[in-house]
Amino acid sequence: MSFLSLRAVTKSFGGPAVVDAVSLEVERGEFFALLGPSGCGKTTLLRMIAGFETPDSGAIVMDGETMNQVPPHLRPTNMVFQSYAIFPHLNVFDNIAYGLRKLKLPKSALRSKIEVMLATVRLEGLEDRAADQLSGGQRQRVALARALVRAPKLLLLDEPLGALDKRLREAMQVELRAIQRKVGITFLLVTHDQEEALSLSDRVAVMGHGKILQVAPPRALYERPNCREVADFIGEINFFHATVREIATTGVTVNAGILGIVTLPRDNLTNGIKEGDHILLAIRPEHVGFADAGVAGEITASTFLGERNHFQVCLAGRSEPVAVSAAAAPSGQAVHLSFPPQFLIGLPSGD
Amino acid sequence: MKSLRLYALAYLAFLYLPVLVLPVFSFNNSEFIAFPLSGFTIRWYQGLAADTAMQHALGNSLKVGFATALLSTMLGLAAARAVTRYRLKGAGAALGFISLPLFIPDIVLALSLMLLLGAGGLPLSLAAVVLGHLLICVPFALTVLIARFEGFDRNLEEASADLGEDPWMTFWRVTFPLMLPGIVASLLLTFITSFDEFLLAFFLSGTEATLPVYIWGQLRFPERLPMVLALGALILTASVALVILAEHVRNLGAPKTTVGA
Repeated sequence: MSFLSLRAVTKSFGGPAVVDAVSLEVERGEFFALLGPSGCGKTTLLRMIAGFETPDSGAIVMDGETMNQVPPHLRPTNMVFQSYAIFPHLNVFDNIAYGLRKLKLPKSALRSKIEVMLATVRLEGLEDRAADQLSGGQRQRVALARALVRAPKLLLLDEPLGALDKRLREAMQVELRAIQRKVGITFLLVTHDQEEALSLSDRVAVMGHGKILQVAPPRALYERPNCREVADFIGEINFFHATVREIATTGVTVNAGILGIVTLPRDNLTNGIKEGDHILLAIRPEHVGFADAGVAGEITASTFLGERNHFQVCLAGRSEPVAVSAAAAPSGQAVHLSFPPQFLIGLPSGD
Repeated sequence: MKSLRLYALAYLAFLYLPVLVLPVFSFNNSEFIAFPLSGFTIRWYQGLAADTAMQHALGNSLKVGFATALLSTMLGLAAARAVTRYRLKGAGAALGFISLPLFIPDIVLALSLMLLLGAGGLPLSLAAVVLGHLLICVPFALTVLIARFEGFDRNLEEASADLGEDPWMTFWRVTFPLMLPGIVASLLLTFITSFDEFLLAFFLSGTEATLPVYIWGQLRFPERLPMVLALGALILTASVALVILAEHVRNLGAPKTTVGA
């Protein structure tokens, strides 16, 4: 049985639902990410799990116990706030020890417990530092240590790396993942940064407009998005309008306009699409290839990125340029593009 | 530039010279408040020490001041927390009504309160003065405390709850220490407002005069004026000491940089 289970959780603040009938299962020990643009309801969902907001309907179940009526201070969760919420009147030691008051530990036991935690987040020797003398990265670690020292069953992280600069963020990503493996606690991360979600998590739930759009491991999410929003949100992708002609066990034949008649693997078509449906064919820039023959086009822009380069190719009969990512382009502006069918994904057109 | 500096000096003199007159004449060995000074004496202070009626009035003012400061700060704390931490319907209107007494002339407030208390069968008393003072002090307390609440991250209280503390312990471990500078400022402001308030006290105190009311009564006896000056000098000294103390407490309680930044 999964550790955290959300059942049709709904919340509105007097207007339209901010979180709309969200159901979700998170396994014990999993690093799970809620990914979505700002305003998609992910933070509200996290705050309901922590107990700061109450669902209008639905159930939040942890370890088989319904949590809806349990106040935050009695839940087996701890949270790393986006603002870190370090107590400004306490030093590092007292911040980390804040949640241990009820354990009534003797002084030496408390000290050794805090020291172990300081070592885990690599803040050794800073225990007497005042809260206002910490850098952003240090504040983030204190917030993490303060939550972890309580050995919660579930650690909630609200955009924990959002306030850090790029290099520090990348370093902390690696560290966060290492800490999670070490302590073995279930982590639930909320972020709008797709790179962060993909690189840290075992599984990712993509949210949009208060709903869960797709739940999948990072690779599956990237390679097999199930709708336009997810495909668009995770990385760059090209869309082509198409119509389904025939669905057979061997493959799916579609009329893809300027791409011609294409047969793609049965697995590349999202469930629920029927013959005759209008669909979107999606393909990642790195899967589009330059070829000797194929769809004719013209390179209108190229960006040098190092190992791989980015090109924009205009096709006749299509207003939007096709994004292509490749090591190099053939010389000259006129090129031909190939769209390997195994990389074409059929998505509902959404209308 | 020079004339501007002159103006500033003149302004300061206008502000503080009258205040300095108080201690100077309180040591002057003459019943008449006029230059030249006619010698040093402490007999006015000795007179104060013997004046039980004055001491009684001072006691009354302290009682009213402490009660008003404590009550209005407690009420202000509750109201400030409510409007800054919860989504309340009609919060704006409620704040408006709480502040309204500040814009009603005190004489109107005093008269209507006196009539109302009379109609309600409540005797004029120090308690009535405290009630009146609450009307004008709660808005001050509220203003000071709301500013302080808005200055700190509400996530701090949530973090405390998240770390296992119930609302009561969260108040004592997080809210109170972070609010302390605001609470001290509010206590000070409301105490001083109440301590030197005259009109409401005059109308509502009945037979128990507060210090300003007592002093006003003394003005009919010119020979007692130097003693009133001595009293004024003492209050001045006490106020300065109080402000220094409050500033000290404020520095103890507050972190050096902006809270919640």
